[in-house]
Amino acid sequence: MIGAQKKRGGWSWWYLLFVIQFAVALWPPLYNRVEPTLIGIPFFYWFQLLWVIVSAVFTAIVYFATAD
Amino acid sequence: MQDVNWIALSIFVVLFGCISWLGFAAARWRKGDLDQLHEWGLGGRRFGTLITWFLVGGDVYTAYTFIAVPALAFGAGAVAFFAVPYTIIIYPLLFLVFRRLWHVCHKHGYITAGDFVRGRFGNRWLALAVTVTGIVATMPYIALQLVGIQVVIGALGISGTGLSADLPLLVAFVVLAAFTYSSGLRAPASIAIVKDLLIYATALAAIIVIPIELGGFGKIFAAVPPSKLLLAVPGPNTTGAYSGYATLALGSAMALFLYPHSLTGILSASSGHAIRRNAAMLPGYTLMLGLLALFGFFVIAAGVDKLPEYAAGFKQFGSNFAVPALLLHSFPSWFVGIAFAAIGIGALVPAAIMSIAAANLYTRNIHREFINANPTGKQEAQIAKRVSLIVKVGALVFILFVPTKYAIQLQLLGGIWIIQTLPPVMLGAYTRWFNSWALLAGWAAGTFAGTAMAIATKLTTTFPLVVGGHTFPGYTAVYTVVLNLAVAAVLTPVFNAMSSRAPADETVAADYHA
Repeated sequence: MIGAQKKRGGWSWWYLLFVIQFAVALWPPLYNRVEPTLIGIPFFYWFQLLWVIVSAVFTAIVYFATAD
Repeated sequence: MQDVNWIALSIFVVLFGCISWLGFAAARWRKGDLDQLHEWGLGGRRFGTLITWFLVGGDVYTAYTFIAVPALAFGAGAVAFFAVPYTIIIYPLLFLVFRRLWHVCHKHGYITAGDFVRGRFGNRWLALAVTVTGIVATMPYIALQLVGIQVVIGALGISGTGLSADLPLLVAFVVLAAFTYSSGLRAPASIAIVKDLLIYATALAAIIVIPIELGGFGKIFAAVPPSKLLLAVPGPNTTGAYSGYATLALGSAMALFLYPHSLTGILSASSGHAIRRNAAMLPGYTLMLGLLALFGFFVIAAGVDKLPEYAAGFKQFGSNFAVPALLLHSFPSWFVGIAFAAIGIGALVPAAIMSIAAANLYTRNIHREFINANPTGKQEAQIAKRVSLIVKVGALVFILFVPTKYAIQLQLLGGIWIIQTLPPVMLGAYTRWFNSWALLAGWAAGTFAGTAMAIATKLTTTFPLVVGGHTFPGYTAVYTVVLNLAVAAVLTPVFNAMSSRAPADETVAADYHA
């Protein structure tokens, strides 16, 4: 806990969630396909919309984990 | 063009009237002394988590976004969806970098990026470069908001020649200018709430009703030509559409919060916590933007671009007419009135914030720095109010007398220019290792190269970088900011060696967090 105090404003391992968020969003080969579709929507579209929600959850996790 | 749609027009006018009243009444909201710049131009830094959410949302997701992103999907297909990864990755940046900037700006009373750079690096010329870039990049952005209003007014069936054709736009503009002048940032903040409720209602209704009318998403996507449905898989020796898509998202994200109006929205928040909470809450808008992008495909599936009654609209406004045509085609008149009002009001919010941001920049970093070093608070606020008017008149003149395509191209260049302020502003939030003159040289190199590359590619967004026989198409802004950083990094030790005297840094490490 004392270590956490010292690291205010510095690096936190929780920020790795942001790295995952970036890597997936910026790697189109991962999601550039039609199948599997969801209620008729190609994977390309619904996956990226899903990733918006996942990213928001990641950010919320980081918010609570690094709250000072 | 089609006849005037009286029901839709009436509702549009009534809603516009309501928000105009709200804009003026906002002067008394969380009352402060509007003769102080931070009260007029930052709403007294009193906005909590929720108001900041509406304000930054109204700032980032503008009327032009609502028109242009679906229009791009309609015209170019899958690539338009880059707006989704773009608005995914902006929020970690907000969470990490801009929270630091909020703290340091709050501590030292900085109102603009120019203020911060001046204080951090002690170099008024670097601050001037950041300021001028901010103002120049903002101007075409304001003009595009007026294009958003123009398209919906045209879609309401109001047409004509000469002054009568431009009259509705002029009225909207005068209202905008008047309430911005009298209420400052409080006006767009209060209007943003109404605007968002209207936009969400429109988007939700459309995303539910239109697919049902068209027989489900399966049928809609079946109507989209395969070439538009996905990104083209790159051929040998090129990263093709993939690198274009990813760098567009990355570059747009890095540029976004460097725009003066974004920073104004962020700095008006009442606490660093409000910023961090918003980083988790703002993706709500991203989700809506993604759904709106799908509207472009609804247009294809509904075939509204082939209906004779909308031919004139498409001829006049191009694919920007896609969303208004779709709404006219799919909904009763009263709902069209609400939806169009949402788009029109959605243009007023960012246009107001942008003109305030540009006015803050001029007042703080040009007038105070180079013309009158010691204005009273009242003088400062007065100058800012007048500049906000000048900026808007400039945008209006631009829209009335210059073809729209130039506004779009300038806005594209604006993105390339504004990203060149990344090293002093965003990296400056973490380090002042860079020599300020090296940063200025990097800025000049990036701006010059970016402009040249944009002209070489006939003002398209992506530049085909060729390295060792491989082609890497990518967003020009990303390539040039890398050049900018390289120049700044190489010249820093050189300039440091030439001069032993480093200018003072007003800020200390503890200023950057709670």
